[in-house]
Amino acid sequence: MKKSVILGVATVAGLAAAAATAGTVDDVKARGKLNCGVTTGLVGFAAPDANGEWKGFDVAVCRAVAAAVLGDASAVEFVPTTGKTRFTALASGEIDMLARNTTWTFSRDVDLKFEFVGVNYYDGQGFMVPKALGVTSAKELDGATVCIQTGTTTELNLADFFRSNNISYEPVPIETNAEAQQQYLAGACDVYTTDASGLAATRATFENPGDHVLLPEIISKEPLGPLVRHGDHEWGDVVRWTLNALISAEELGVTSANIDELSSGAGDNPEVNRLLGTEGTLGEMLGLDADWAARAIKAGGNYGEVFAQNIGEETPIGLARGLNAQWTDGGLLYSPPFR
Amino acid sequence: MSDVSFVRTEMLPEQAPPASEVGAIGWIRHNLFSGWFNSILTLISLYAIYYVLSGVLPWVFQSVWNANSLNECREIMMATWGSTHGHACWAVINDRWLQLLFGFYPSHLYWRPIVALLLLLVALAPVLYSDRVPTKMLIFSAIYPFLMVWLMWGGTIWGPISAALGFVVGWGVYTLVSKQLSGLFGIILGVLASVVWWLVISSYFASAMASIIPIGIEAVQSRQFGGFMLAILLGVVAIGVSLPIGIVLALGRQSDLLIVKYLCVGFIEFIRGVPLITLLFVASLLLNLFLPPGTNFDIILRVMIMMTLFSAAYMAEVIRGGLAALPRGQYEGADSLGLNYWQAQRLIIMPQALKISIPGIVSTFIGIFKDTTLVSIIGLFDVIGLASAIRADTAWNGIYWELFAFIAALFFVVCFSMSRYSMYLERKLQTGHR
Amino acid sequence: MTTLTDPPKEQFRLSMLLYDTRYRSATIQVIALIGFMLLAAWIISNTIQNLEALGKPVEFGFFGESASYDINQRLLEYSSQDSHLRAAFIGLLNTLVVAVLGCITATIVGVLVGVLRLSNNWLVARIMTVYVEMFRNVPVLLWIVLAMAILIEGLPAPNAFRGDNPTATMDLFNSVAVTNRGVYIPEFLFSRSLGDIHLFGTSSIRFDVSLDLIAFLIVLGGSIFTMRKVSAWAAAKQEATGDRPKIWHIQLGILFVPMIILLAALGFHLGYPELKGFNFKGGTHMRNSLIALWLALSLYTAAFIAEIVRAGILAISKGQSEAAAALGLRPGRIMRLVILPQALRVIIPPMISNYLNLTKNSSLAIAVGYMDITGTLGGITMNQTGRELECVLLLMLVYLCISLSISAVMNWYNNRVKLVER
Repeated sequence: MKKSVILGVATVAGLAAAAATAGTVDDVKARGKLNCGVTTGLVGFAAPDANGEWKGFDVAVCRAVAAAVLGDASAVEFVPTTGKTRFTALASGEIDMLARNTTWTFSRDVDLKFEFVGVNYYDGQGFMVPKALGVTSAKELDGATVCIQTGTTTELNLADFFRSNNISYEPVPIETNAEAQQQYLAGACDVYTTDASGLAATRATFENPGDHVLLPEIISKEPLGPLVRHGDHEWGDVVRWTLNALISAEELGVTSANIDELSSGAGDNPEVNRLLGTEGTLGEMLGLDADWAARAIKAGGNYGEVFAQNIGEETPIGLARGLNAQWTDGGLLYSPPFR
Repeated sequence: MSDVSFVRTEMLPEQAPPASEVGAIGWIRHNLFSGWFNSILTLISLYAIYYVLSGVLPWVFQSVWNANSLNECREIMMATWGSTHGHACWAVINDRWLQLLFGFYPSHLYWRPIVALLLLLVALAPVLYSDRVPTKMLIFSAIYPFLMVWLMWGGTIWGPISAALGFVVGWGVYTLVSKQLSGLFGIILGVLASVVWWLVISSYFASAMASIIPIGIEAVQSRQFGGFMLAILLGVVAIGVSLPIGIVLALGRQSDLLIVKYLCVGFIEFIRGVPLITLLFVASLLLNLFLPPGTNFDIILRVMIMMTLFSAAYMAEVIRGGLAALPRGQYEGADSLGLNYWQAQRLIIMPQALKISIPGIVSTFIGIFKDTTLVSIIGLFDVIGLASAIRADTAWNGIYWELFAFIAALFFVVCFSMSRYSMYLERKLQTGHR
Repeated sequence: MTTLTDPPKEQFRLSMLLYDTRYRSATIQVIALIGFMLLAAWIISNTIQNLEALGKPVEFGFFGESASYDINQRLLEYSSQDSHLRAAFIGLLNTLVVAVLGCITATIVGVLVGVLRLSNNWLVARIMTVYVEMFRNVPVLLWIVLAMAILIEGLPAPNAFRGDNPTATMDLFNSVAVTNRGVYIPEFLFSRSLGDIHLFGTSSIRFDVSLDLIAFLIVLGGSIFTMRKVSAWAAAKQEATGDRPKIWHIQLGILFVPMIILLAALGFHLGYPELKGFNFKGGTHMRNSLIALWLALSLYTAAFIAEIVRAGILAISKGQSEAAAALGLRPGRIMRLVILPQALRVIIPPMISNYLNLTKNSSLAIAVGYMDITGTLGGITMNQTGRELECVLLLMLVYLCISLSISAVMNWYNNRVKLVER
């Protein structure tokens, strides 16, 4: 008598199956929603609030893309993915893009057939230890118990680091950041290692953050960025240049405060004009309208504003810009010109 | 003769039994201190109870209910008790309980899952309280699945209606053809007609009707399902859909047809031999690969499919148990009446076998219901997944026990009442048969 | 006169495939088979097409590549240089370890609780009921997570053992250290060890067998064999003379003397854990993840086993034990010869499915970071290589083999018990 439920399922499935044929840009426009893969929860980068609304640094990228393509920063379906499911979800077309603090590596780019469109956060794997331990360098950690998060590149880096320095360690693999934090605080591991941003974010929520230090060694490069499927270059371009627009906007001084004024008409700076569509046809080349970038910037502000709102020094997470400063300020953020 | 008698002639007044044998003291003596071994056991138990309660009770009751973040909670604790240890911060539950119950379901539509749940109880009434509820109610039970789909997912009412019409079409073709030709042709053509209806016509029909008479409620994406509601939904769908599949599998396993039998046995043993988590991996990673290129439907539906297959295997075993428990005479009686296989199954065997299986079905349901927590491992936001997500919020990062205690309490209440109900049912069924 | 006529020679008509009960079943089976094969072909062809579109052909070559991650809890030696296949094998052993440990503990606890639930001590019976209901009605995943949290928060860190005034001390004459990183117990060491044999060369299922262990087992086997001979001799003597000679001291001597001589010859001593650097060194280290998983799985399953045992005992009518007592059997013998064989018949089949459940539930190890086969093959290996199809299918195959072997063994045992009883 309840066979029908499966029919309901089948009808819904049939409706969903109708999509996913043309290019992703057209799919997204036809659907009116952007399906964006995020983590199931990482402090500062993506987490749902009490109203079920997603907030965070990675989330802001999704919203900017949605604003650029669909004109509505809230037209995003956030699909929580785990370390395991994220690539399959992207490959199968369940999500249009993945913004889930994913490290850009050779094998993911080449072997797993994805296209990293840029870097939205330059990270690196670091170590956190209690101050009382008196450790000042990761090389002194011989025989230590190390908490790591599984399903990431962290465990590979860690194995490499300890092997190349010829010291032993005891790995404690842990599924989520929250559990790792608990184990570390209870003393079940001496060291907690993950991306430096994650360490800082975690430390910020401790009862006594001052009792813990981050070791100076950063043992890996972790360029985290959004990615799309291999082969769909139009869509890749849209995501890539949306990210670049956010970065360029900061460089050019376009903020959510002055964007209305700047985009109302052509100004003095030709690049700002091109970026905001008051001059040139960049939007048209991308298959979007002229003020796509203006909308993307309006969604959450430029890169600097997004950073400051979600993970910057004013937030409880309190990350400094560091490598993620503009190249003009000694950082690595360097958007290709809008020309 | 003197009137001296050596035998008492009047009764002595009844004396109260010794104080140590009755009342509270007697009860304690008999039940707690009836020997040195029992006394030691009692003392150990008392100490264990004291130990657990003295740890848990202050934590539960000396707690903070109103705060916006864990840090705020800690400040209040410091101000009130001078330490942050041994006090619960229930403020997180206060802040997020609706989310834990309903996931991301739009808050103005919370009435829909609640109504669906209440109607489920109504729909189950004729099955569970067959003696008190009129049989006519079964019609509602038959309609309920479509109603539930409509309530939960929303959208146009014509979708579920056209899905239901598939059954009507199939039935119509069956009766028509079986009168003209034969029953077997009728079944085949009826099934074919239904399938054609569902695969080809129903979506056109639904969209056509929807454009003519638009009746509908706000549509909700299944991605927005979550929390405890998701556990209940997954459990109900898995059990509901797997019931007919399980019946077919159980009959197949008992049948004389060798190939059919081995196909059924193979399926059942395969599903029962692998952990649910691997099936969920299949749902999240592989199911899209198995379907035609370009097919893509969302993870909750895929999980529902795999959970259904999973519970179908267990259901088949429960129903096989019910079939085996039927006395042989029932089968022979049916044969002697000249009923054919399907008539015998429909009129004699199944009604009884299913009735015997109800407790088993309920405990399968409890098992499936508990197993729905596994979907958090593949990234769905059921209660445990949501708990992780809540802990990833800057405000509540670092909170632990409160969320898990709340979740455990939720599951305990629901599962415990169901298992009690199933025990009651078992007793009732037993007296019915002896 | 009536003449018998032959029944009309039946000719095979196509419609008989449907109407003749002799052929109908064959027809249905052929249709079912064709349907099944069509379905399988459809799925396989879809999969091939999809994989082609993804550019990921099915191949198992990645198993030979270096895994490059470490596994902490392991029975055999393994380093991050080893292959993915080796990692999967280590994971498989870990699954089996926790399954075996869990089944044994669950049985012991379950039987104990089941009996205590029938205790005439009201308080104990109630506590056991509360235990059973609490564990049965809360998902096992939650119990695993909670067990881990309790171990982590409840036990002292190795730090606490340090300094002049440690807040925690080792147990059992300084031989066992219970920390929130796991339990360190003394290990067996041999100063004049015979060495190891290396089996399977350099393949991924290679392992070493300690010759000391083999020598020990040989001696133990020899002792047991001699003991049997001795008790057979005693039984024969009892048959012949009616007197059973006292042999228990001989038996004990046969069992222990050769063993002690062997251990002394090999230079047996215990290696105690010691706090060195960050951690305890020496001794055998059972990680918290293993203990948490083991505890949670066995306590959860024990709740179900307790119910089975209780039902099994209640199913034996009181008349049985009364009759046995009337025959003059002693209580121990009543249990062994009358109650248990009958109760086992009721208990064993549901017990099998509980053992199976425990083994399958051990796949939740990833929740606490215990590297079982789901954590290695279905976890990190799958993540790093991106070969979902191969990994998941292999994972299912492995579990299927484990489950089928458990049911085969238990069914064999069940049949044996049945034969004894009937």
